Amino acid sequence: MNQMTIAPLLDIQDLTVRFRGLVAVDHVSFQVEAGTVHGLIGPNGAGKTTCFNLISGLIPPTSGSAVLAGVALDGLPSWKRTRAGLSRTFQNIRMFQEMTVRENVMTGMQARLQASVPEILSRTGRFRPEEVAAKTRAEELLEFVGLTASADRRAGDLPYGDQRRLEIARALASEPKLLLLDEPAAGMNPAETQDLVGLLNRLKQGGLTLLLVEHDMHFVMSLCDRITVLNFGRKIAEGSPREIRENPAVIEAYLGAKTAERLKDGAA
Amino acid sequence: MFAQILQQLPQQLLNGLVLGSTYALFALGFTLMFGVLGVINLTYGFYFTTGAFLALYGTKLLALPIWLALPGAAIVTGLIAVLFDAALLTPLRRKKAPELASLMVTLGATLLLYSLMTATFGTEIRRLPPAVISHAAIIVGGIRMNWSQILIMGTTVAIVAALLALIRGTRFGLSMRALAENGEAAQLMGVDTDAVVRLVSLVSGALGATAGVLIGLNFNAIQPYMGESMMLKGFAVIIIGGLGDIKGALIAGLVIGVLEVLTAGFISSSYKDAVGFILLVTTLWFRPVGLFGRAPVKRA
Amino acid sequence: MFDSFFFSYQSLIFAVGINGLLALSMYTVLAVGQLSLGQAAFMGIGAYVSTLLTLDAHWPFAAVLLAAMVVPALAALLIGGPTLKLTGVYLALATIALGEILRIFCNASDLTGGALGLSGIPNKTSFGLIFAVLALALAGFVMVARSRLGRAMEAMREDEVAAGVMGVNLPVMKLGALVVSAMLAGLAGALNAHANSFIGPNDYGFDQAVTILSFALLGGIGSPFGPVLGAVILTVLPELLTALHDFKLVVNGFIIVIAVLFMPRGLLIWRIGRVG
Repeated sequence: MNQMTIAPLLDIQDLTVRFRGLVAVDHVSFQVEAGTVHGLIGPNGAGKTTCFNLISGLIPPTSGSAVLAGVALDGLPSWKRTRAGLSRTFQNIRMFQEMTVRENVMTGMQARLQASVPEILSRTGRFRPEEVAAKTRAEELLEFVGLTASADRRAGDLPYGDQRRLEIARALASEPKLLLLDEPAAGMNPAETQDLVGLLNRLKQGGLTLLLVEHDMHFVMSLCDRITVLNFGRKIAEGSPREIRENPAVIEAYLGAKTAERLKDGAA
Repeated sequence: MFAQILQQLPQQLLNGLVLGSTYALFALGFTLMFGVLGVINLTYGFYFTTGAFLALYGTKLLALPIWLALPGAAIVTGLIAVLFDAALLTPLRRKKAPELASLMVTLGATLLLYSLMTATFGTEIRRLPPAVISHAAIIVGGIRMNWSQILIMGTTVAIVAALLALIRGTRFGLSMRALAENGEAAQLMGVDTDAVVRLVSLVSGALGATAGVLIGLNFNAIQPYMGESMMLKGFAVIIIGGLGDIKGALIAGLVIGVLEVLTAGFISSSYKDAVGFILLVTTLWFRPVGLFGRAPVKRA
Repeated sequence: MFDSFFFSYQSLIFAVGINGLLALSMYTVLAVGQLSLGQAAFMGIGAYVSTLLTLDAHWPFAAVLLAAMVVPALAALLIGGPTLKLTGVYLALATIALGEILRIFCNASDLTGGALGLSGIPNKTSFGLIFAVLALALAGFVMVARSRLGRAMEAMREDEVAAGVMGVNLPVMKLGALVVSAMLAGLAGALNAHANSFIGPNDYGFDQAVTILSFALLGGIGSPFGPVLGAVILTVLPELLTALHDFKLVVNGFIIVIAVLFMPRGLLIWRIGRVG
């Protein structure tokens, strides 16, 4: 084994996407090291979610590349990226609402379940052991996020904070190498946010790598090892939470955005 | 044999262009609806039939001249289209239902409407009063045509020009393009999306009715199911032209028309109607976005 | 007593089973969030292929039925291959085109007997065969529903983007569903042809496609039983109420409108579990 350089888990190079002339993400490069929590922050419209959609294969980039654990993701559809070890949650929670909580988590295991159609039809071969193992794993994941009691409820009926946690359990079900979290604390009250920080810390201790977009600065600063800052689609800074807090370009970007918002509110 | 084919060719081409104009004329409102509202509205074929019937009764019972009956039928049908959109599609838009739900609901509605019309009017073919337009042939350079054919080609070109001007050159056109691009964003930018939806329904319904009157005039045959067969051709036209593309619909319509006439003339008239559908499947394999279409990718 | 009942209602009972199969074929596509209006065409292909093989090639019935599944499956690949990568509208429109191509071809070709269709088809379908096939298909769908495939299907129907992110192999699932649905519809077409002794080119048009859709929407697609229930109701009711018979298409159209707008779960609102 060549131990000279340790390649980052996720390597983003020159990622760019244009929508009709508007450059939403502009030559963004950054690396996520294995075992770390990496934050992607920036004012509204900075291109954070677009970045996530590019990485998870929901929109094609105009140019640039993404490599996950040595596997080039470029051109792969989202489902193949999941099989390569990528998993994500959504800013506006995309639960399978009609399905039960347990079924949602088990749906997250699509990439790993192997039973063939004849095995499924005849209930033989890999089907039984695999399905039993999947159920057991789903129980564990639900316990981990604290939703054991709701396992058989309709997912759409869960309260908002529970849906956020369910989405994390569902994303973990694919046993990802890298988990992308798009505003995991959005809409949560302070107590729920505190729980979430604990949950994510436990994931980190378990060795999982996290890349997250979040607006709650306290949340980001307390959780992240490293932070990349975007503004108007460009990377304007990267560093440890302390470095970012003191970076003049970042302060400028946030203050500028705030001032602009205030001006707009005043005018309206 | 070869000389004979060459001799017939100019007339065949003209016939093809006339037929193609009818397809394009029909498809314009249909593709406009899809382009702006993002739904395949199958009730469109019913507007085609309704327009023809309204003009029929306008000229027959009220003895209106065609230049009054045609716009009258177009406006009334346009209003019906606005009502149908409000009853069938607006609720689904509010619920953010999947696009196929709106396709299905208009499918059910057309089936219902055609069957009701057939129950009321029967399937017999009705004709406009002969005095409405002259069917006398005009011969120019050995090519025969008549006034209704000239009217159809002229109207098609005029409507394409008018639509392009409306979309590109007016404030309403700008709103339409904004809505077509992204409904929520358009709303945030202050576009009255409900008003745009109503206007597009009105214009499309009126276009469908106009096509119905003119085509009814040209073939001199009006019956309830005329919209359904036209609708099926319409699918071919709008997919080959690119969903939502006005220019594409015009050119695809003309291409299909000419190829159909040539097929009927030189191969067999039994297979004439298959031309459009075979072209459609070919288009899907080799250029799914249609002649001028943009990539029909799904938004995340 | 039962014999005479069976005799007088034989064609209705056959129709219930065959429409049940057609409804299941529609369900297969709807269950993955797609819409096909080609189920009637697939049925027609199955009917014509099976009839020609029986009448002209004298194949054994089992082989005939197999062919009646394989040929529509090939048509499904031809139509589904390019369209399933696009939005659902394309599949819906392309399957309508398939129906029209079939109708035009069958009306024009000597091989298929033109507008007169084909007659003198030997009666090889039995009550037992139709309902055994239906029961087998239902059992298969239940097994599939309660497995990783069932979960993938429901996920796709609810949110295709999220399903993809879960690792659901979208192209294979969609094409697989369309192919299976074509095979079922083709089988139903073959069974029907060998029960009725006559087939014609206009039995498999747009109206029939929409009728099959109304079965599924009336019954609901929360489980495979819903569409079959819808088929039973819409096959039997018009026979009981002759007034309804004359307005069959009106009723079918009305059902689709009402189902989409006001009862998206259909009559059978029970939802099948997705864990094996």
